[in-house]
Amino acid sequence: MSTTTKTPATPSLLERLTKGWFYLALLGIAVVSLVRIVTDTNDLDSAGTIRAAIIATCPILMAALGGLWAERAGVVNIGLEGQMILGTWGAAFFTYHYGPWIGILGAALLGLIGGLMHAVATVTFGVDHIVSGVAINLIGAGAATYLAEAVFSDYNGGGPRQLVGLDPPTNITIPGISDWSLDLADKHWFFVSDIASVVAALTTRISSLSVVVFALVALSAFLLWRTSFGLRLRSCGENPQAAETLGVNVIRYKYIAVLISGALAGIGGGFLALVSSSGYSANQTGGRGYIGLAAMIFGNWRPSGLLAGALTFGYTDSLRLRDADAVHALLLLVALGLLVLAVLRLVRKQVEGAIVMGVAGAAILAWFLFTDSVPREFTVMTPYVTTLFVLALGAQRLRMPAADGKPYRKGSAG
Amino acid sequence: MNAFSLRRVGLALLAPAIAVVVSVIVTTIVIAAVGSSPGDFWSAMFSNPLPRIRVNVVNQTAMIYTSAVAAAIGFRMGLFNIGLEGQYLMASFAAASFAGAAYVGGFLNVGLSLLIAIAVGAAWAGIAGILRTTRGVSEVISTIMLNAIALTLVGYLVDRYGVHEGNTVRTTKIAAGDMVKGFTPYQARDGQVWALAIIAVLVGVGFWVLLNKTRFGFDLRASGQSESAALASGVNPKRMILVSMMLSGGVAGLIWMPALFGSAGSYGTSFQFGLGFLGIAVALLGRNSPIGMLFGAVLFAYLSAQSNTLTFSTDISPSIVQITQGVAVLAVVISYEVVRRWRARLEQRVVSRELAGAMGATA
Repeated sequence: MSTTTKTPATPSLLERLTKGWFYLALLGIAVVSLVRIVTDTNDLDSAGTIRAAIIATCPILMAALGGLWAERAGVVNIGLEGQMILGTWGAAFFTYHYGPWIGILGAALLGLIGGLMHAVATVTFGVDHIVSGVAINLIGAGAATYLAEAVFSDYNGGGPRQLVGLDPPTNITIPGISDWSLDLADKHWFFVSDIASVVAALTTRISSLSVVVFALVALSAFLLWRTSFGLRLRSCGENPQAAETLGVNVIRYKYIAVLISGALAGIGGGFLALVSSSGYSANQTGGRGYIGLAAMIFGNWRPSGLLAGALTFGYTDSLRLRDADAVHALLLLVALGLLVLAVLRLVRKQVEGAIVMGVAGAAILAWFLFTDSVPREFTVMTPYVTTLFVLALGAQRLRMPAADGKPYRKGSAG
Repeated sequence: MNAFSLRRVGLALLAPAIAVVVSVIVTTIVIAAVGSSPGDFWSAMFSNPLPRIRVNVVNQTAMIYTSAVAAAIGFRMGLFNIGLEGQYLMASFAAASFAGAAYVGGFLNVGLSLLIAIAVGAAWAGIAGILRTTRGVSEVISTIMLNAIALTLVGYLVDRYGVHEGNTVRTTKIAAGDMVKGFTPYQARDGQVWALAIIAVLVGVGFWVLLNKTRFGFDLRASGQSESAALASGVNPKRMILVSMMLSGGVAGLIWMPALFGSAGSYGTSFQFGLGFLGIAVALLGRNSPIGMLFGAVLFAYLSAQSNTLTFSTDISPSIVQITQGVAVLAVVISYEVVRRWRARLEQRVVSRELAGAMGATA
């Protein structure tokens, strides 16, 4: 899992072997491959499944990234859901009139308006961040419903609760690699075919907007951690009074962060309307803003962590819509993962955590062995249950920005 | 001094007044922006409500008010129970299943179902309480997760064990004799005021008594204002968090009960979602005071119920009032903050003037 801390005092053999994300990813693929072959469910990581997983991941990722921007500047933004809903409407409206790329900008704009409301309430007026977020979710849901009923009803393919038949952003296929990797993936060899599936999914009909989404994550990581702008922004989330004494305009940075946060959530909503489905429909977000928030917490307020969180949640979300056997095979994967984590904890002499994870792993293993299928509803629950578990077991090791959610007033230093 | 206290009352009413004005302006602008007539909207909203709508307002007020009290119990303790939605969902499903199974009959069935609703709501909130007290998990995050889990869990349970009818599914109907209808103030077709709406009154009075007349209520308010001060006076903060969280969840469990026994008769498509978030909004609007929340609940219930007339007389969709409600909440919390800052500055000025006067007299 993503929250494992690195660099212990004496690196053991196991930890030296599993050091670094690259090896961890290889190990993960090997385990997935093994489970796929043992359970004979090729859909567990077929190119189609991974493609669906990427599509399911992107909106969650955008919401999570939006949460990261705001919380790194010290503003808790649970209005992500509302900003996302505004984004779905914005994407549909602007795509209908001006095409998909302006549509995405429109989604960002609508999300940004939601962010602006949140910034005015929390940064300028010092309202409790959660309270403001709840109000923005109410406003976002109400505004999108009302505007859809008022505007989309007269459009081609539109109705009071939907607007379908919108142009999606173009899909990209890299000719040679795509066919070659698809062939290789169909061979169902150990390890090789699994890598090929990933390559195939990344080179075959991948939405250009997905590429933009992943680029935005990398860009955010760079801006927040590798530039002085990012350092100042994060200092507003850690200790705004200290930042102020160093001449940082805390209010301005918080505004920038929350506006970007809203815009990113809006893009996430736009992705739902344009790529995940072929248009706007009411209640399209289905709580993905909250899942994004969960992915961010799961990822310990770090870009790499929230990426891992969003991929995990996106993968389970996509599996629900595919082969029921794959969901069942996933149980074995989760059980193995938990047992491995339990052993890791035991090695580090964290007995309590090891016991909890071991018991959970054994229970899921038993569930896998004694049943033939899993109710689909249970995969829907996965992100939420996982987050609760991670919070309950790792709350001490999760570290949010020190001044996150605290009110700040200009001139309060010293 | 008299003029000063008069000013205080004025300031207290100022914030809600600003909020109403702002939400009226925003609503008007939004309606005009999409090309409809704001005049039609306001005349429809201020027209004399039909008997059917009056009945509806009373029923909705009862449910929203119960929800607001549940939220306020948490707020007074400094806890943000966003999980009302999941708590009353779980509780409603459990109570409807129990009542529908008809293990016992008559009033005993109703009474036991209500107890089950309270217990299930309290237990679901208790999970968040335990996570907070033992593992330090923020109740905001855990209750958001629990809301989503409740939604899928109930969806699964009702699908697995419920009664399927065409495309819909519901729990077993409660026997007609076990329903608690209500009284009919107008014609039969205008509907009934549900008898169990009385729950809202009991909950409201109970909340006031608990808060102002009991040791627990004092501890609760003390912990909410300063945990360290409460600790110093012998309050166990962890116990307080768990108990108030469960109390909040228990009250939340009752939210939908008037509708269940008054008309729905089962958990199914007639279940009303969203009451939890409306309750939070109304608690914020009414500043967690029993009277303030009553005004808020009536206002929200009226907006929701009366907006149904829009479909007959105008081209404006009733969902516009959702914007009005949301803006009202945001505006009210902002204007309370503005008024608070303003009042602090005003008091500062008064004190400094008095001090200056006293200095002048002694000189």
